[in-house]
Amino acid sequence: MAAEKRVLFRSAWLPWVLLAPQLVVITLFFFWPAGQALVQSLQQQDAFGTSVQWVGLENFQRLFADPSYYDSMKTTLVFSLLVAGIGLGVSLLLAVMADRIVRGSTVYKTLLIWPYAVAPAVAGVLWLFMFAPSIGVVAWYLRVWGFEWNHLLDGNHAMALIVMAAVWKQLSYNFLFFLAGLQSIPKSLIEAAAIDGARPWRRFWTIVFPLLSPTSFFLLVVNVVYVFLDTFAIVDASTHGGPGKETEILVYKLYYDGFKGMDLGASAAQSVVLMVIVVLLTIVQFKYVERRVNY
Amino acid sequence: MTLKLQAAALAAAAALCGPAQAQTEIQWWHSMGGALGEWVNDLANEFNASQKDYKVVPTFKGSYDQSMTAAIAAFRAGNAPNILQVFEVGTATMMASKGAIVPVAKVMTDAGFKFDPKVYVGAVAGYYTAPNGQMLSFPFNSSTPVFYYNKDAFKAAGLDPEKAPGTWPEVALAAAKLKASGHKCPFTTSWQSWTQLESFSAWHNTLFATKNNGFGGLDTRLVINTPLHVRHIENLANMSKQGLFVYKGRANVPDATFPSGECAMLTGTSALYSSVSKNAKFAYGMSTLPYYPDVPGAPQNTVIGGASLWVMAGKKPAEYKGTAAFFNFLSSPEVQAKSHQRTGYLPITTAAFEATDKSGFYKKNPGTDVAVTQMIRKTTDKSRGIRLGNMVQIRTVIDEEMEQVWSGKKSAKEALDDSVKRGNELLERFEKANKS
Repeated sequence: MAAEKRVLFRSAWLPWVLLAPQLVVITLFFFWPAGQALVQSLQQQDAFGTSVQWVGLENFQRLFADPSYYDSMKTTLVFSLLVAGIGLGVSLLLAVMADRIVRGSTVYKTLLIWPYAVAPAVAGVLWLFMFAPSIGVVAWYLRVWGFEWNHLLDGNHAMALIVMAAVWKQLSYNFLFFLAGLQSIPKSLIEAAAIDGARPWRRFWTIVFPLLSPTSFFLLVVNVVYVFLDTFAIVDASTHGGPGKETEILVYKLYYDGFKGMDLGASAAQSVVLMVIVVLLTIVQFKYVERRVNY
Repeated sequence: MTLKLQAAALAAAAALCGPAQAQTEIQWWHSMGGALGEWVNDLANEFNASQKDYKVVPTFKGSYDQSMTAAIAAFRAGNAPNILQVFEVGTATMMASKGAIVPVAKVMTDAGFKFDPKVYVGAVAGYYTAPNGQMLSFPFNSSTPVFYYNKDAFKAAGLDPEKAPGTWPEVALAAAKLKASGHKCPFTTSWQSWTQLESFSAWHNTLFATKNNGFGGLDTRLVINTPLHVRHIENLANMSKQGLFVYKGRANVPDATFPSGECAMLTGTSALYSSVSKNAKFAYGMSTLPYYPDVPGAPQNTVIGGASLWVMAGKKPAEYKGTAAFFNFLSSPEVQAKSHQRTGYLPITTAAFEATDKSGFYKKNPGTDVAVTQMIRKTTDKSRGIRLGNMVQIRTVIDEEMEQVWSGKKSAKEALDDSVKRGNELLERFEKANKS
């Protein structure tokens, strides 16, 4: 569209001063730990750090020689597609519905935003509790309807459990942005289409959805990052990656090897790989998906 | 006049003594929640009241693996606690971290206390002793797997409630009868690796890993795919298929299913006793772990679980003296016997066991001696305990592989072969990381 807007500063140092707080935060909480991870991924050390050896790329070689790492990648792919797909779909539906409600909309909106305040580990425990095979409410009703729920031994059930918890946790965030997006669409456009005789479904697909695309795109990026980096607590609190390794997503394996197994070298190597994957995914999204976005 | 003088003298004395008597604080990080947390606090209070020089400050740091992670982070940052409670699977990791810990035997003798490792129960002390005979950590709370069964459910199924099934074939028969009487969960187990493979091996006088289960060196490798191990896991898999064994999850998650009455038989830690005695609304019995009667040498002895106290390196001399005094207090037979009777953990000294026996505690609380008799036996090189590096991950590997068996995706043989293969990779890695 229009040419990029540029602000020109006369002073040489003022822009840096204005940027400084943000730069400090990023350096402290991103660049420094990321640098540490890079260094540690080339080392092998004992738990207390009393003996450290440089092992070159061995941690990475071992990782890529491990067939279970590729299984974990596949699991992560399935998990992220499900969470991003269902999460965005359901929250869009809820936002469209909430946008149409006239009376009591604040109550609905507040209730829908609540889950965002819940910590991921708590979300995991909450869903685990409802679906616990012997005592869970939902598991009990499912059994009444003749469905044997057992996420302890059935990988699909376990996957469904963590997908539900992860989607529920992120629903509010998505909902909030979709709702804001919907409210910024000029009513006149929709009214004009209505006068021309477009039914609600058609109005949604030809007017609302395209105009929402910047929001949808932003949420897609955020959700993918969320699924890849922020969901380990849900897995840790509910399935521990089981049964077998069926719900062992990359970020959980990383957490487990580093913080339970005390194998910092292997964990650091995994975090470097994960960082590369997420950066690549984000670049791909900006390069290809963003083209279809109308600003 | 004299009164005034006396008062002045007293005040002066108090002022002089005050700073000199400043207490040395001993930080103690532990993982004992709930009722066990109260026990830990009582121990510290009792010790603090018994003398004036030191003050032990216990801090609950979450589950065993959480407090260990916290202590490692604290050590790296230079402010580790004086005493750290570490679970038994972390023992090899602690032993290998020579710069991070001070052997308990050294702490005691340096402070001038007599320290005789022989007063401790062999299977317990042996576990925490280095190959050169030096005791490295202080055995604090030790447990061992035992067998619990619901006597009411046994009666309802037409079984003799006073006769616990002693062998695995008898367990299967009892489970079948329980199932026929409508029981949904005849048998389950917690800590499946600990009860069904680690203790199972020692109980049948069979190795879990080479080099005497890791006691003989870091180049130890798993050997849990022998015909005996395969036979046992196959047996459990068959029971699982018929609904006689119901899998209830990893670690201690299945524990709750016994006191609630959901499962009629359970193999789990002897420390579950405190919860069972408090919460079970039915008659229950405790017995020794089942075994296969045709295996020569069975039953031998079971292996320990629980935790020990490690002394961290890099502290002030006064703090080491205080730590030693606290350990000396903990090892007195009275404190030991009281702790054993209160918690269901094993008595750690033979004197504590004898004192408890004499007091008539075992007669009043039948079943509480099962764990003790399982442990206080002559151990063999194969049964002394299992001490492997990366044991936390090895247990997870076994959890993962066993789940494949219970869900019917792998045969017992395949799963055990894969456990050995994956476990050995972890052992090799530990060996390499700790070579220096």
